[in-house]
Amino acid sequence: MLTWLALAALTLFSIAAYMAARRRAVATAGGKTAGLHSLPGYHGAYAALWAGVPAALLVLMIAMFGGRLEAGLLRLDAPTAVQTLTAPQQDVFYDDARALARGGQPSETSYVGTLRTALDAKVARSSQLQRMIDYGALSLAVVLALAGFALAYPRIGVQFRARNRVEGWIAALFVICSVTAVLTTVGIVASLVWESWRFFQAVPPLQFLFGTEWDPQIAMRTDQYATSGAFGAVPLFVGTFLIMIIAMAVAAPIGLFSAIYLSEYASPWTRSVVKPMLEILAGVPTVVYGFFAALTVGPLFRGFFNWIGGMLVGGPMDGFGLYLMQVQNQMALVAGAVMGIMLIPFVSSLSDDIINAVPQSLRDGSLAMGATRSETVKKVVLPAALPGIMAALLLAISRAVGETMIVTMAAGLQAKTTLNPLDTVTTVTVQIVTLLTGDQEFDSPKTLAAFGLGLTLFVVTLMLNIVALRIVQKYREQYD
Amino acid sequence: MPSQRDDVAAHAEAPVHIAVDRVHAAAPVGGIKIRARDVNVFYGEKQALFDVGLDVPERAVTALIGPSGCGKSTFLRSINRMNDTIPGCKVKGRIELDGEDINDRSIDPVVLRARVGMVFQKPNPFPKTIFENVAYGARIHGLTTSKSELEALVETSLKKAGLWGEVADRLHQPGTGLSGGQQQRLVIARAVAIRPQVLLMDEPCSALDPISTLKVEELINELKKEFTIVIVTHNMQQAARVSDYTAFMYVGDLIEFGNTDKLFTKPSMKQTEDYITGKYG
Repeated sequence: MLTWLALAALTLFSIAAYMAARRRAVATAGGKTAGLHSLPGYHGAYAALWAGVPAALLVLMIAMFGGRLEAGLLRLDAPTAVQTLTAPQQDVFYDDARALARGGQPSETSYVGTLRTALDAKVARSSQLQRMIDYGALSLAVVLALAGFALAYPRIGVQFRARNRVEGWIAALFVICSVTAVLTTVGIVASLVWESWRFFQAVPPLQFLFGTEWDPQIAMRTDQYATSGAFGAVPLFVGTFLIMIIAMAVAAPIGLFSAIYLSEYASPWTRSVVKPMLEILAGVPTVVYGFFAALTVGPLFRGFFNWIGGMLVGGPMDGFGLYLMQVQNQMALVAGAVMGIMLIPFVSSLSDDIINAVPQSLRDGSLAMGATRSETVKKVVLPAALPGIMAALLLAISRAVGETMIVTMAAGLQAKTTLNPLDTVTTVTVQIVTLLTGDQEFDSPKTLAAFGLGLTLFVVTLMLNIVALRIVQKYREQYD
Repeated sequence: MPSQRDDVAAHAEAPVHIAVDRVHAAAPVGGIKIRARDVNVFYGEKQALFDVGLDVPERAVTALIGPSGCGKSTFLRSINRMNDTIPGCKVKGRIELDGEDINDRSIDPVVLRARVGMVFQKPNPFPKTIFENVAYGARIHGLTTSKSELEALVETSLKKAGLWGEVADRLHQPGTGLSGGQQQRLVIARAVAIRPQVLLMDEPCSALDPISTLKVEELINELKKEFTIVIVTHNMQQAARVSDYTAFMYVGDLIEFGNTDKLFTKPSMKQTEDYITGKYG
């Protein structure tokens, strides 16, 4: 509440600073704004920025970190009664003190005797600290705002380069935004690496990468089954690979051929209708593909295979028929096929761009030689576009490997090392989801395994993307 | 279409010209290879050529000159029906190749283009080796039956294009690695490899340096012994140097057609004279 009031007040003050500085700029120029180095608005903005931004930053910092600062200060000179408590009990004690000070809900711990007095003292201390921090910050903000204005206002003059100064602020904003993005990436990677490192202390990397058994169960008690769990990720890699291959077998030809149709054969009208339709396919949320796979395609495929199985049973292929009759809803083929559908627009729109980038003069050259359209596509356009198409396919592979929702809903959970598309397999992403959903402790290899898998996935897709982008880049240079 | 025609003329801010006699039959040495009559070309609603009639003599170089947008390239592209590949482009009138109407239903444009080769403004070698570039047409049309025959064809074609000496030792390197002038001659070799009767050249030297231009012009002089050549050029000196016959076109009209020497020294039309003396264009 106080924060919002302070920010509102700062905004008003900034507006006032803007008006004042603007008026001063006009006044110093004697009303002839053409004589000013910068337009009056820039002078106003300059003063407003100095008056508002530093103080606003301070207010925001206190709003974000004031509580933590207070909690830290509260723990200084702990009473002896509190010192006797264990560390978790101390945490509860201080949390209760802060909660009571704010009129919140304390824990159900009962404090008696010296602890009770200590608690009361800390409650009072907490309120006091809170007030000190709030009002201290507020007065500091007022000082900053006034100082900022006092710094900026006298500078306003005919020669003052307010334009360039304001430009500097804007540039700073851009830098901060891009740094935020970069730092977030670094942060994500760092947390991934850190947690994975903890995991690899429990499970050796070689055992993880080359182990063939995946059973991430950790016993709560020592007498339970699966005391240690098994963290061999090979079945997951095989499952991921199998589904990726099926998906690409669907997406690569359909996507590529539709791209060829769109860019080489379709009339402008057809193109203007079909291309947006394909792009709508790209806009379908993956969870929708997920239940399409699980509820529509899965039962359809199972029904089909069971029916074929039923016909084969009793014949020369009796065993195979029996197998087909037992096929489940969840199979690699379903997840892969639906994922392939999802990737079609991705492949086709990338390939379409690449095929369009092949210069028209090459097509003309080939047609003028008496080649037909399809000869031109096959012998000139596609070879010229091949590197780019390869890159598009690599990017699609990296999407397929990282795709989560469809496989979670349609692929199953059993970690099997199999290349049978009718079998239930599981993928790296599915396992990450199952390992991290529900109530989990973040100190057992079971949950940490998710980070190991995440890191592996990250490295693989990163490498695929780097290779793909390299190829695209090289290809661009060739024709630009 | 008279109103549209006025539009086009007014658009180019050119002096209004009186209707001209369409056919200026030159006295060809050999026979007539291409006979065009009343050729009108439309890009959608816009008309680009107006009743063009022209007789292209066999085994000679015919140059099409005129300011930008006058329809030279459009006319050139209707001779091998490349205009078919442009959406919304319609060609009307009659164009005969050896007395046969090329716009007739019985003519397959793909076969026609094998008889009428084309070289473009910008060298456009395919992203293949030098050898494969020249062998492209032969492979498509099945012109050769054995590897040695194909190799021989590639060699003679490259020799005809005057490029053999420069590339004989690197036939299997990419054609895109050659210099601009070499690329243009490679493209000419590619075109002559399918043994066309006519070779259309659309400003073949406009992207080349003077030395390469000279080489291509010498080449044109050689090639006319064997092929009928129609060349579009912006460069009047080039037209004067390489061609036997010249057609001057202006805003979709054929203004004058005749012997190159005569057209450049004693043009019969005022507009031709204005153009070749540099008054506009």
